[in-house]
Amino acid sequence: MARGARAAGTAPARRRQHLPSVQLKFVMAVTGAVMLLYLVLHMIGNLKIFFGAEAIDSYSAWLRTLLEPALPHGGMLWIVRVVLLVSVIAHIVSAVVLARRARKARPVRYAHRQPVQGSYAARTMRWGGVIIALFAVYHILDLTTGTVNPNGVHGAVYDNITASFDRWYVTLFYALAVITVGFHVRHGLWSGLQTFGRSNAATQNALKGFALVFAVVLTAGFLSVPFAVVTGLV
Amino acid sequence: MRLHLKVWRQSSADAKGKIVNYDVDDASPDMSFLELLDVLNEKLALQGDDPVAFDHDCREGICGACSMVIDGQPHGPEKATTTCQLHLRHFRDGDTITIEPFRAGAFPVIKDLVVDRNAFDRIIQAGGYISAPTGSAPDAHATPVPKANADRAFAAAACIGCGACVAACPNGSASLFLGAKITHLGELPQGQPERHSRVRAMVEEHDASGFGGCTNTGECAVACPKEIPLDVISQLNRDYLDARKAGRKGA
Ligand code: HEM
Ligand code: SF4
Ligand code: FES
Repeated sequence: MARGARAAGTAPARRRQHLPSVQLKFVMAVTGAVMLLYLVLHMIGNLKIFFGAEAIDSYSAWLRTLLEPALPHGGMLWIVRVVLLVSVIAHIVSAVVLARRARKARPVRYAHRQPVQGSYAARTMRWGGVIIALFAVYHILDLTTGTVNPNGVHGAVYDNITASFDRWYVTLFYALAVITVGFHVRHGLWSGLQTFGRSNAATQNALKGFALVFAVVLTAGFLSVPFAVVTGLV
Repeated sequence: MRLHLKVWRQSSADAKGKIVNYDVDDASPDMSFLELLDVLNEKLALQGDDPVAFDHDCREGICGACSMVIDGQPHGPEKATTTCQLHLRHFRDGDTITIEPFRAGAFPVIKDLVVDRNAFDRIIQAGGYISAPTGSAPDAHATPVPKANADRAFAAAACIGCGACVAACPNGSASLFLGAKITHLGELPQGQPERHSRVRAMVEEHDASGFGGCTNTGECAVACPKEIPLDVISQLNRDYLDARKAGRKGA
């Protein structure tokens, strides 16, 4: 046991935190799960492009009719957007608070220390998150609002996608961003399960394996679209 | 064997510290790492220099006092070994070894390699106990404990409160220590009455002391000399969630 008899010296001022870090991690895990669910549906929806222009355009139109007439046209889409926006904000705010606490918790760095265990994915959660957020902004301006899309016609989903991916640098950026999402999900999914208290000695490796497979399938699904456009498959 | 040591020297809590180079020419592979420092300190004392301050007590891996980061790893490069149990045969003749104190805002340096780990005691005071009348020991069989629970409690109870998990964590979090205590007491019948209040009080004290949050990178479990498994942190999260739920129901 650490000795207690010593004078406190320069022990830092104790500060009661209103939101414990454990609780902020629940916020990250819940909002991460919401975004993850959306990503899965989004990825599956994107695969419609393999059935032709008509299939993906009408899929996009159909999304706007969801729960009509209970909801107005496009109502469901707006509900999803609001839920996602709230999730993204809560996720980022929690991440910033936790990152600042982590920095304060280690004010003096080691002269000599390499990480021995943490995976690449675990170490890039914070910067990876920033890249994903920037990509999401560009992605919305490109394919949702059409603002920066060379075609930019509402409802002409297929034409917008192919117009965008006909530029190699956009395709490259998209691919890098999606791979970043893959890394983020690989560590995030496992970490979230641990946050929810779902891991134990017997299941830990299975959960890590599950997160890896999940991330690879998700990333491959998202990458298949620009791959198909670039190779002329669709 | 000859060893080049780069040791963190800091004369007091408020002083600015720096790495100082020392050579030890008469080290033996059979020495423990603390004996290496003893040899260095004897030399320093004979020269009239200030010996290197470091924490130590049992020198057999059970008290958790011997805190230092050796070549970037708390308790050095050997698995499941405290600094006092680390022997020089794991190093090569001529090696350069960097020795630093545990680095955490909640563990301020007192002198050289000695850090103030009172924060751990405060966390224990907040909830790392069971309230039971002491006096005559109860009959060993009075409260049966299923084997699986007993094993898991025992594995968690192996934590010696050294703080290596904090030293290794990129976030300066003490979650492994916290999880070890929560699991140790939570697996046992005697720990149940205070299970919810314990986790809330310990988590609150942990954060108030300035430890960071866990990102499940797993550095702690690798550094831990007692091989406390990472899943005790999952248990901690789970218990905290349950305690919050129970709190809302007014239980
Ligand atoms: C594509 C959308 C995203 C998904 C699906 C997602 C998912 C997740 C999940 C499931 C976690 C694990 C939570 C836990 O450990 O309990 C996580 C952690 C994290 N996310 Fe995201 N996230 C996304 C976007 C972002 C963005 C835009 C940022 C920031 C700018 C971000 C930053 C972080 C950070 C820093 C962590 C680690 C937090 C910690 O462990 O303390 N994420 N994410
Ligand atoms: S969990 Fe391991 S590393 Fe952390 S204080 Fe306990 S024994 Fe030391
Ligand atoms: S001196 Fe007691 S554990 Fe090392």
